[in-house]
Amino acid sequence: MNKPFTKSPQTASAFDVMKVRADFPILAREVHGKPLVYLDSAASAQKPRQVIDAITRAYGHDYANVHRGAYYLSETATAAYEAAREKVRGFINAGDVREIVFTKGATEAINLVAAAWGRAFIKAGDEIVITAVEHHSNIVPWQLLRDATGCILKIAPVEPDGSIDLNKFAAAVGPKTKLIAIAHVSNVLGTVLPVAAIADMAHAVGAKLLLDGCQGIVHEAVDVQTLGCDFYVFSGHKLYGPTGIGILWARHELLEAMPPYQGGGDMIDSVTFAKTTWAPPPAKFEAGTPPIVQAIGLGAAIDYLNTLDREAVSAHEHALLRHAMTSLAQIPGLKLIGTAPGKASVQSFVMDGAHPHDLATVLDRSGVCVRAGHHCAQPLMEILGVSATTRASFALYNTMAEVDALVTALRRAQEVLL
Amino acid sequence: MTAAAAPLADDLRLLYQEIILDHGKSPRNFRVVEHHTCKAQGNNPMCGDRVTVTARVSPAGLVEDVAFEGKGCAISIASASMMTETLSGQPVEIARKLSAAVQDLCTGRLETDQAKAAVGGALDDGVEKLAALSGVRQFPVRVKCATLPWHALMSCLDGKGQTTTEK
Ligand SMILES: Cc1ncc(COP(=O)(O)O)c(C=O)c1O
Repeated sequence: MNKPFTKSPQTASAFDVMKVRADFPILAREVHGKPLVYLDSAASAQKPRQVIDAITRAYGHDYANVHRGAYYLSETATAAYEAAREKVRGFINAGDVREIVFTKGATEAINLVAAAWGRAFIKAGDEIVITAVEHHSNIVPWQLLRDATGCILKIAPVEPDGSIDLNKFAAAVGPKTKLIAIAHVSNVLGTVLPVAAIADMAHAVGAKLLLDGCQGIVHEAVDVQTLGCDFYVFSGHKLYGPTGIGILWARHELLEAMPPYQGGGDMIDSVTFAKTTWAPPPAKFEAGTPPIVQAIGLGAAIDYLNTLDREAVSAHEHALLRHAMTSLAQIPGLKLIGTAPGKASVQSFVMDGAHPHDLATVLDRSGVCVRAGHHCAQPLMEILGVSATTRASFALYNTMAEVDALVTALRRAQEVLL
Repeated sequence: MTAAAAPLADDLRLLYQEIILDHGKSPRNFRVVEHHTCKAQGNNPMCGDRVTVTARVSPAGLVEDVAFEGKGCAISIASASMMTETLSGQPVEIARKLSAAVQDLCTGRLETDQAKAAVGGALDDGVEKLAALSGVRQFPVRVKCATLPWHALMSCLDGKGQTTTEK
């Protein structure tokens, strides 16, 4: 998490969390008569007014289908949609805007790679390596591919503190490895995976590396050209943008070599009943009317983040995490899950005698929103020996006082439940 | 801490009544029925909770013994525990009626007296106790926690091995 954010325009302006909070209208509301304490941004982040306004303006003023009509409105809508693509390119420092494919989310982006790249390049006996910490969306598409092709899925283990042991990881990689598909940051444990070293392992055996960046891109500046990956995917809604939009980034040659994912309008060059030829990427992978306004909304979220000093944001989130880890650890019977060094601001925990669901219900009555359950990572839960955890995730708009509110609410929950 | 100062919301007090917490912490019949004639697992895919119900039903249709095992929240464990306690020795017919009545209690379709009548007056004490589960009405996402063991019980008695709350 210590990579400098090269694109920040000025030098560190101090991060003013109260000013940032004022940009998020929902943070002013109450839940059950208590101020909202939203600690579930890892599931989906709240939206700043700038994003909400951009969406309203797009529908209210600039809306038409894209890439079709030869009229002014369609041209402006197309320009706004394509401008959003360029914003994403800049945000992840991709070399070429044609490398940015809009999907409906990270899940669809991974399925796209599994279906299009996987069916073309993975054969029986080939190996795909994932880790034990993956979200279901980075497990199940590979199981489907395994069932379709007869390839082998290998699981690199996780250590009790949530970290990844590179020696053990290396043991899962071999000459048959064709793809390594891993989280950039774990949504349950907050672990930042050792991506650079794993990229080297992948490339040493001629394998590709896919990073599930859902949580990674939220917490640090991402440069796909220096990360060493071949595919990077993420969802707009966790990055303060709308739902229904996600990104697949892949190097242009890879996208060129891949067959289409879905067939339909917008992805063709020419269609006859005898033969259809594909449009070049990214259009080849964007069949049908795309999520136009969602893309524009994601562009607005990126504009918003670019007004902030992301190093300062990261420092703020880490300060919240440190405060949370210290205060939570003082609650009797509470055990932190995920304590890997350098981790991101996502903290799972379990509490003696209080099931995560009961905790979340009681916390909710204090206005505190946390996630309880398996976090779409059931295999990881089994390895950790729990059926569920409670998870608090800290975003750029959270405050130290909200961490304290969590701790107070947890102590109160103990009075109710124990 | 100042936590104790804040008054507890009434609906929370209703949800986590003494009897629920007691059964949640010290579940009765948390075991596998010896020589069981049926067994079924219930899953709540939303939270990963699961309970396995085993029962021994006599040829005459009497639930001679019923027990459960599993992992879950206080609500689902308490519900399962009270279920097994209430149904041991009861006819399968009554078990089915009670299961339907408890689900209606949890969703608010029936009040306690109506539930007693729906079971035919055979289990008034049991219904009274199980009515503690109706606190989930104010917590729509928790209704499934209360009904999960009953879904599993029905699958068990119907001879189906698996059930889920997502139907
Ligand atoms: C690490 C990780 N991967 C994948 C996903 C799936 O994202 P989405 O549901 O937006 O497609 C999530 C979101 O929960 C996640 O946290």
